[in-house]
Amino acid sequence: MSNATTLFDKVWDAHVVRHIEDGPDVLFIDRHFIHEVTSPVAFLGLEQRGIPVIYPQRTFATADHNTPTMNQDQPVKDPLSANQLAALSSNAAKWGISLWALGSPKNGIVHVVGPENGITQPGMTIVCGDSHTSTHGAFGSIAFGIGTSEVEMVLSSQCIMQPKPKKMRITINGKLGKGVLPKDVALYMIAQITASGATGYFVEYAGEVFENMSMEGRMTVCNMSIEMGARGGMIAPDQTTFDYINGRDKAPKGADWDTALAYWKTLKTDDTAVFDKELHFDAADIEPQITYGTNPGLGTGITNHIPKASEVKDGEASYKKSLAYMNFAEGEAILGKKIDYVFLGSCTNGRIEDFRAFASIVKGKKKADNITAWLVPGSHIVEAQIKEEGILDILNEAGFELRQPGCSACLAMNEDKIPAGKYAVSTSNRNFEGRQGPGARTLLASPYVAAAVAVTGVVTDPRDLIESV
Amino acid sequence: MAYDKFTVLTSTAVPLPIENVDTDQIIPARFLKATERKGFGDNLFRDWRYNSDDTPKQDFVLNNSIYSGKILVGGKNFGSGSSREHAAWAIYDYGFRCVISSFFADIFKGNSLNIGLLPVTVSEAFLDKIFRAIEADPNTQIEVNLPEQTVTILATGDQESFDINGYKKHNMMNGFDDIDYLQSMKQDITAFADKSLY
Repeated sequence: MSNATTLFDKVWDAHVVRHIEDGPDVLFIDRHFIHEVTSPVAFLGLEQRGIPVIYPQRTFATADHNTPTMNQDQPVKDPLSANQLAALSSNAAKWGISLWALGSPKNGIVHVVGPENGITQPGMTIVCGDSHTSTHGAFGSIAFGIGTSEVEMVLSSQCIMQPKPKKMRITINGKLGKGVLPKDVALYMIAQITASGATGYFVEYAGEVFENMSMEGRMTVCNMSIEMGARGGMIAPDQTTFDYINGRDKAPKGADWDTALAYWKTLKTDDTAVFDKELHFDAADIEPQITYGTNPGLGTGITNHIPKASEVKDGEASYKKSLAYMNFAEGEAILGKKIDYVFLGSCTNGRIEDFRAFASIVKGKKKADNITAWLVPGSHIVEAQIKEEGILDILNEAGFELRQPGCSACLAMNEDKIPAGKYAVSTSNRNFEGRQGPGARTLLASPYVAAAVAVTGVVTDPRDLIESV
Repeated sequence: MAYDKFTVLTSTAVPLPIENVDTDQIIPARFLKATERKGFGDNLFRDWRYNSDDTPKQDFVLNNSIYSGKILVGGKNFGSGSSREHAAWAIYDYGFRCVISSFFADIFKGNSLNIGLLPVTVSEAFLDKIFRAIEADPNTQIEVNLPEQTVTILATGDQESFDINGYKKHNMMNGFDDIDYLQSMKQDITAFADKSLY
């Protein structure tokens, strides 16, 4: 056995404060993000125990999960949401934690604002009481979602206790086809290995497809790692990563930058390192994807038909329950299905590139009459960029409006709920029953597919519209 | 947060033979708006348990009085999705102390162990045996023995052992949590933090 290690080993091992025999590792956490939903009970726990926040400067708070996406300058109507937002503000103030509250120009979805402000950096351990914390793995950090008990642990000790997960590498070489976005790569991988195919593992994504992706694209891929059951996913940092971070608000500057960069360049998997599991896919096999069921693994190429129960890896009873909820039949085509709502946004696809992609398809066309479209930027910084780049004009001319930042219809904790029985093509991450509102039916897809649906009113292959652009 | 010590639990069980039960089903997001940890059991499996007018759905297992007990038995990949600890709280608050499945999502499993809800992973074959035993007799008693790390269907004597690391086992049996442990090693942590690059 050689001493060769993986990227994951290097970062994990550098953060182990103590290894407990027949137990977990005590893992030091560099950066901790909190939001209004999963933090109040953790702060309450600290008070009940009479213990303080150990390193307030390592925690960053933002309000996102249940904030409204219209009229953010006015008081939040839902008293329960308002109460959680007030709790976040008072807890942050009490302990001296940085807060980007509703109305702050830095406010936005936690997994969008962390990277865009340079808080997320290679080699860090990053946690948040939110499963899509895996997003930050795009920078070569170990990032994953935790429960509220662990939020309390991090606040009080800057550590969590977890056994080291197994390691998986997914390699995709080749060149992505026309109209295929990072979201399609993520949905394709999940469909191939199922929604639980990476449970127990931490994934490293490798190969030309990820090397050639922008940071926004890498974030989309790593974001969806949890949807195949993985604790997280990561991509080795490279020049694309360094260029993205350099100059951002909280990024190291001057001599600190040089020191950090020298270290970051060592963060890669050794050639002879061994993974517990290796998977390989070919970029040429990936076409624009769409889901038809009620877990993210129930997806397929957009031109395919809905599989028969006998052809799927999930249990037959669960599969049939899933299709019954969606009111879809085995063997049906997905193309042409009538859609009621389109949601562009979320920590998966609420970044500037996602809005550029959406706008490139709707440019010069008109929103379909049967579609209600909710376009929600991931942050105020993204919102500002949309305006600066002239994307807002394109959207407005095509009959679309932009809402204000937040998690919005991804999990429908605010007013942005898809009505019962209605179909939504959504760029978010989960198509679970009721996820986007009680009774709502969600089809997950890329910003291109969402745009193609938004202008045609039915499930449409975006490649047909890209040709005409 | 203090929780009940867990040693040996003998109880009837509630069967939920559905795969990929995600945390949005266990507790939908719209019920996550509390700032205190109480009352989540009322909304456990809310949308499977109640119609939109709040009347109970008669065909859902929690509304079927022949099934009861402190053990919930779920299909493969139980607890997938969101990291919300509220899912484990809701199951615990409803009165369950143990969930048995053939496969748990990682975060749900960790959350459960942190709050005193024991996740027990058994083989698919044994899970199937449990489901069949409950179907044959809803009063079937199941024994979950943490010190011995075994699950037994008492009527048939069918038994399987399960894994849990020694540290977590000790915590569950004594009602300890990780925060107590971490508070006891603060010196090591501050020394580590002082050397941190970030």
